[in-house]
Amino acid sequence: MSDSEKAGATQANGAWPLWEIFIRSRQGLDHKHVGSLHAADAQMAIENARDVYTRRMEGISIWVVESKYIHASNPTEAGALYDPADDKAYRHPTFYQLPEELKHM
Amino acid sequence: MTPENLFEDKIAKEIKIEPRDWMPEKYRQTLIRQISQHAHSEIVGMLPEGNWITRAPSLRRKVILLAKVQDEAGHGLYLYSAAETLGISRDEMYDQLHSGKAKYSSIFNYPTLSWADIGAIGWLVDGAAIMNQVPLCRSSFGPYARAMVRICKEESFHQRQGFEILLTLCRGTEAQRKMAQDAINRWWWPSIMMFGPKDDESPNTIQSMRWKIKRFSNDELRQKFVDVCAEQIKTLGLTIPDENLKWNEATQHYDFGAIDWNEFWQVVQGNGPCNKERLQARKKAWEAGAWVREAANAYAEKRKARESTQAA
Repeated sequence: MSDSEKAGATQANGAWPLWEIFIRSRQGLDHKHVGSLHAADAQMAIENARDVYTRRMEGISIWVVESKYIHASNPTEAGALYDPADDKAYRHPTFYQLPEELKHM
Repeated sequence: MTPENLFEDKIAKEIKIEPRDWMPEKYRQTLIRQISQHAHSEIVGMLPEGNWITRAPSLRRKVILLAKVQDEAGHGLYLYSAAETLGISRDEMYDQLHSGKAKYSSIFNYPTLSWADIGAIGWLVDGAAIMNQVPLCRSSFGPYARAMVRICKEESFHQRQGFEILLTLCRGTEAQRKMAQDAINRWWWPSIMMFGPKDDESPNTIQSMRWKIKRFSNDELRQKFVDVCAEQIKTLGLTIPDENLKWNEATQHYDFGAIDWNEFWQVVQGNGPCNKERLQARKKAWEAGAWVREAANAYAEKRKARESTQAA
């Protein structure tokens, strides 16, 4: 999502707004952020995304979101934000010491 | 850790810098200049090749050239988006291009005089671009590196189709061979100038390499390119127009003749054969396209209004 930061300013000068583009490359996979582009509206954003990001069959589904609707966490607060997960090693399976002979666990 | 130390630490550990991360103002400005220049080059680069779309010698060549030129447009768009994450707007970048404030690669100020030029551009110009771009996939700024990965994947067909054009001409008539040689004669020197000024005259290089925006110096990349081309030309049975080009057993590289830097700076400063024509074409496309941009906005608003009355 980080590519979208500066985006989202309303386009007072008549420039088309910026959109973030997400592509599902194959059935069964998540949509993944691939970049951004300008378009007058959502339908045009999808059409432009088709031309800009899927010229070689890179996708089977496209999501577009106007960049101004993307809210991002602040990297300078990353420490405090993720701190609660830091000391909880017991959430990982490797935390538990079990006998070697135990199979399929 | 201060933000500056954190930044330096990430650079040292090969951790990518992302748009919202703190970065030195000079790093931001260097990237804006480099990425936007790169984007402009992709866009202006469509012009010399677009010149031959209607005159491609076969339908096969025509669809290939169309696809290639469309790729260049796409590459320009990836790069403009990457630059926008640094806080410059698309319109500002266009303004800088149209006003002549921003530069683009000088190579596109040379004319495409024959069909063989399309081959020479693919082989040499795209070849030089790839040499430059592959290390940029590891550039320290995330959005730039990601755009370059996508571009490099697509660029490889550009070079191969160019070489194929030249190979076909070289296996044809004497006139076709001559045409191919003539194209190489004209494109060779401008191509090796594409790597930019010599290292000792490239003031930005040291800082850019320290920040890992660039991974190799201009001269290092140029030498790699010369070494590769000096071998590839053998397959064509043509010659590179440099009588000083020869293998140096001691350095394990090809030596090559002096570059006419006067010509390079003349073209950079706007006095190349096609500088005016290229800029005029861009400005005309931008100005003549104004009504399309306005109409699309008007249509989008109308559709939005219609949707909201239906919802009510």
